Amino acid sequence: MNFEFSDEQRQLQDTVDRYLAGQYTFEKFRAINASASGWDKAAWAGLADLGVLALNVPAAQGGLGFGPLETLSVMGACGRSLLLEPFLSSAVIATALLRAFADDAAAAELLTRMGAGNAIAVLAHYEPGSRYETQWTTTRARKSGGSYQLDGHKAVVLHAGAADTLLISARTSGEPSDAKGISLFRVPRDAKGLSLDQYPTIDGQRAADVYLKGVQVPESSRLGVEGGALPAIDAALDIGLAALCAEAVGVMQALVDATVAYVQSRQQFGTAIGRFQALQHRIADMLIHLEQARSMSYLAALRCGDQNVSERRRALSAAKAVVGQSCRFVAQQAVQLHGGMGMTDELIVSHWFKRLTAAELMFGDSDTHLQRYAALTRS
Amino acid sequence: MRLEFTEEEQAFREEVRVFLREKLPAAIRDKVLNGYELSRADHVLWQRTLHERGWGGVSWPKEFGGPGWNSLQQYIFEEETALAGAPRLIPFGTKMVAPVIMAFGNAGQQQRFLPPISSGSEWWCQGYSEPGAGSDLASLKTRATRDGDHYIVNGQKTWNTLGQYADWIFCLVRTEAQAKPQSGISFLLIDMKSPGITVRPITLLDGGHEVNEIWFEDVRVPIENRVGDENKGWTYAKFLLGHERTNIAGIGGAKRELARLKRIAASEIKNGRPLIEDPLFAAHIAQVEVDLWALEITNLRVLSGERGSRAPGPEASILKIRGTEIAQRISELLMRAVGPYALPFRREAMEAGWQSDPTREAAGPKYAATLAAAYMNLRKLSIFGGTNEIQKNIISKMIVGL
Repeated sequence: MNFEFSDEQRQLQDTVDRYLAGQYTFEKFRAINASASGWDKAAWAGLADLGVLALNVPAAQGGLGFGPLETLSVMGACGRSLLLEPFLSSAVIATALLRAFADDAAAAELLTRMGAGNAIAVLAHYEPGSRYETQWTTTRARKSGGSYQLDGHKAVVLHAGAADTLLISARTSGEPSDAKGISLFRVPRDAKGLSLDQYPTIDGQRAADVYLKGVQVPESSRLGVEGGALPAIDAALDIGLAALCAEAVGVMQALVDATVAYVQSRQQFGTAIGRFQALQHRIADMLIHLEQARSMSYLAALRCGDQNVSERRRALSAAKAVVGQSCRFVAQQAVQLHGGMGMTDELIVSHWFKRLTAAELMFGDSDTHLQRYAALTRS
Repeated sequence: MRLEFTEEEQAFREEVRVFLREKLPAAIRDKVLNGYELSRADHVLWQRTLHERGWGGVSWPKEFGGPGWNSLQQYIFEEETALAGAPRLIPFGTKMVAPVIMAFGNAGQQQRFLPPISSGSEWWCQGYSEPGAGSDLASLKTRATRDGDHYIVNGQKTWNTLGQYADWIFCLVRTEAQAKPQSGISFLLIDMKSPGITVRPITLLDGGHEVNEIWFEDVRVPIENRVGDENKGWTYAKFLLGHERTNIAGIGGAKRELARLKRIAASEIKNGRPLIEDPLFAAHIAQVEVDLWALEITNLRVLSGERGSRAPGPEASILKIRGTEIAQRISELLMRAVGPYALPFRREAMEAGWQSDPTREAAGPKYAATLAAAYMNLRKLSIFGGTNEIQKNIISKMIVGL
């Protein structure tokens, strides 16, 4: 048992920390956030040059062949910098998903281009009625001749507008809540019959609801066996969940640091407000939450690739429940301790607050995961 | 980074388990697993059993007759003993005064006092808190004045745990009245049989006799029983308070009680179904379980950071706060799990071996009898050893730098 990072992992972390701290300043974030697309191609190219987009791409596809611990090493900086580019959705989740189908030549080729920064793919899976249940799928794929026709509606697809390729799940058989009968398709974002309702999310990221009306794709665009895609989708989302936990820890650390600095400098009643015990204890509570969340982000990274699905999900649900609750506590208290300043758009604090609010709601909120943990742990 | 223990660590864990299977007396184990009170004899027997195996001083280095375990081995030992239902070690001898004697005592004191601590033949208690000196320990007033080669001790200690069983007490006393509070304190070892010592029980809210007031009236203490230098006792006291850390989070005990909570919640019935299937109660259990998991990993992070020789850090305060909150929460859920049968309060039903009248249906399940008392008793956890509020002061000063 040890909690040491390897030299390689530390180096990776330093590289990305330094790059984002230097290049992806708060001013830069604001400018990108105010732009129409909500993400920056030059920043994306910079990440590609660093090699981090190839982190999760297998060596056979020209990538670095790394895993969750290396991903964890860079997610903290992504969180602190409020990175708006589709790193989590494309370079982590979609990459992990495509990796499961790397024996498909088109998927392998896509992975190579994604690792080099020349393509962006995102998973379009959740639906308006699914909430956080991954098996709930009503989007239909009907086979006729050598092609499928997709019809349905996908909810809050992260970075759909930035993607060239959508990885869309659709039911080829069964009822909406069946685990079996879900297939996965590689669909160009400009496919006929596919439309997006794009919007920013509460934290300034971009997302879209995706509408599919008679979208025709060739049979060769199906990834894996017909009706058997859910385990791979779950596995990819779990890898994404672990990365999200690590990102959230990076944001929480930034908020604790900022709050400590603020209470040390803010003067009221003739003294720094950090001298007041009520505030000191609140900060101690924030720190305790942060450290518990950090522990669980390690657990999530270490277990998200586990082959034993129920053990994997038990660990990830425990992690997300704790991390999600910590997100809420640290974010709320950071704003509270910054007083009126915490409410302003001008300070990065409010943007970190919004990022943590979003993180708590993504891939299952704390209650969902607590409930899932209870169901997996009874006895 | 990996969570799995090494093969050596696993083998060590197995060694502890085998020992517990063979040597932990069943009568003691059953008391612990069912929340019954342990007697002095139970504790002494267990300490002697550990001593015979060479494990009398869990945290002691080999040169003083300890096993020489690193902090992770100590953690594994404490986790396994707790899970198996062994008594929680009484810390005052092995974990409190012994490290002080090793670090600051002279060779004569080490030879005189350490072996009987390890063997369990001498029971130690602590004389720290006073009526006017709790969290603000340095304001203590018990006086020791020199009279030839003796100190004459006068004053009152309180919240003394299990002093009614003790052979010896280690005390903080004021030897220099004019100095600023921290610098006039000395650390004395006092024979509990000394004339002038009176032990008065304090009955606690659960009806138990666990703590005492101790009065000192012209108690003569040989100067050779002072540890270290006169007026330097505060340094030793702080050293002592920072010392017990490998088990400060109480992970093993919490796991054991959580398992008990689940067993009880599975046999309690609500609306015709096991209580453990009730969504709200199941969520309460799940919450404390994920919190415990997070604390366990945090604890291991702290210990693995200490595997070198790094001194125990203020991270111990995080472990103390969360560990006590979790233990209190589990005890609260245990009480609530039995619903109205948490209400009957019969002292005799809290003794191991008590049987209800066999001619009629029992007034509640046997396991219910001790749960409310335990809940009440464990309120102490966030108060003793430095209140959780004091721990937050430490965190904000030592970790955050406020």
